[in-house]
Amino acid sequence: MKFVDEFREPELINKAADEIRRLADPSRHYRLMEVCGGHTHAIYRFGLKDILPENIELIHGPGCPVCVLPMGRIDDGLSMAQDPNVIFTAFGDMMRVPGMNGSPLEHKARGMDVRIVYSPTDAIKLAQANPDRHVMFFSIGFETTAPSTALTLKRAKSLGLSNFSIFCNHVTIIPAIRAILDSPDMRLDGFIGPGHVSTVIGCRPYEWIAANEKKPIVVSGFEPLDILQSIVMLLRQLKNGESRVENQYKRVVPWEGNRAALAAMAEVFQLRPFFEWRGLGFISQSALRIRDTYAEWDAEQRFNVPGLRVTDPKAAQCGEVLKGVLKPAQCKLFGNECTPEHPIGALMVSSEGSCAAYFNYEHRKTAMLTNISASA
Amino acid sequence: MCLAIPGKIVEFIPDIRSLALVEVAGVRRRVDLGLLDDDKPAKGDWVLIHVGFAMSKISEQDAIEQMNTLAMLGETEAALQEIRGYGLGEEDSEQPAS
Repeated sequence: MKFVDEFREPELINKAADEIRRLADPSRHYRLMEVCGGHTHAIYRFGLKDILPENIELIHGPGCPVCVLPMGRIDDGLSMAQDPNVIFTAFGDMMRVPGMNGSPLEHKARGMDVRIVYSPTDAIKLAQANPDRHVMFFSIGFETTAPSTALTLKRAKSLGLSNFSIFCNHVTIIPAIRAILDSPDMRLDGFIGPGHVSTVIGCRPYEWIAANEKKPIVVSGFEPLDILQSIVMLLRQLKNGESRVENQYKRVVPWEGNRAALAAMAEVFQLRPFFEWRGLGFISQSALRIRDTYAEWDAEQRFNVPGLRVTDPKAAQCGEVLKGVLKPAQCKLFGNECTPEHPIGALMVSSEGSCAAYFNYEHRKTAMLTNISASA
Repeated sequence: MCLAIPGKIVEFIPDIRSLALVEVAGVRRRVDLGLLDDDKPAKGDWVLIHVGFAMSKISEQDAIEQMNTLAMLGETEAALQEIRGYGLGEEDSEQPAS
């Protein structure tokens, strides 16, 4: 519990931890999945595992957009930018994600025009400033970022901007949860629901999990106390044999979501029949493509996209880790060939990837403790 | 990318619909309010920002708590880097059309 004293309300943290211990049936083993990569990061950073009783296991979910993107899509995006007239833009998170022949950053070192933008609207600004070049924005993310891409496309259309396009890699969270529940080697008792995705989609889309799959789900905030309270709410439901959707993050998440954001997404995007997820395989209706009414700004319709399918490096077990079948440290490459400094798999790149989170907090802590005990 | 950064609306940009100048820890950048059309924020309101877009209105207390969470996650610098990066890193250089 080394971080408890640093928390804002240590007495409330302790109270929640006591409540968790009181509610957890010692004869049961609980497997709770935190869907969102932001929660994974927070759980490791705050050392929440040390606060929880041993029979509560947190399984890291698929909610890290760079982690679930198959390598072929990165190579597809980079292949369009082989044309020296193209400026490749993406969020900083994408820059170190390895493709078959290196990451966007490594391609930049070899001469490709690769630039970080912090907002998709800045890619528009770049296109306006470079009328002789074509600016392609590599968009990724769940429903947290998809509405921003939608508004950016609407803006490009209203400006009649002809030298701008988006390579759309947006995915949606609900089909991924469904795929995980359908997977035979996955037994879960409940879900810590994503916070910021839910500001957009609201809480209703989770109701089928509660109703049909009989699993409780609690949409949660990101503070240590939020996560512990969400676990209390899940355990309470499990104890009473209930399965409902609850909203712990009411201060930010409205039950109905953000209608303006959903409307923008509906205008610009439609569901792809299927899309490949790293580790989870092809999931039907799990990703967004740009509607034909916006074809002019759709990189996939403007460029000749090779549609590459690249298998992950054989030794890397990203898929098993993503599905929660293996813990990060059980992968053969973890901490040896694959580290945050030299990532081989995407889960080691993003701070929201479970491997990077595990490496930065658990692995380094263990290494430090080993050194201390060795020198004592 | 998935960071939610709390910011305070300090000024609306004249003539440009749905843009506002937002302040985060002393840094001022333009943020798009287009996703809050159903519940438009006013000057002085706090919002949570993702990739240059305000995604939800929050209370001042929640904004402080969100900043604390970012600090606890070791993400303050990344958040400020993101905010500084908006507008291709130029401080509100784009003058509204007059």
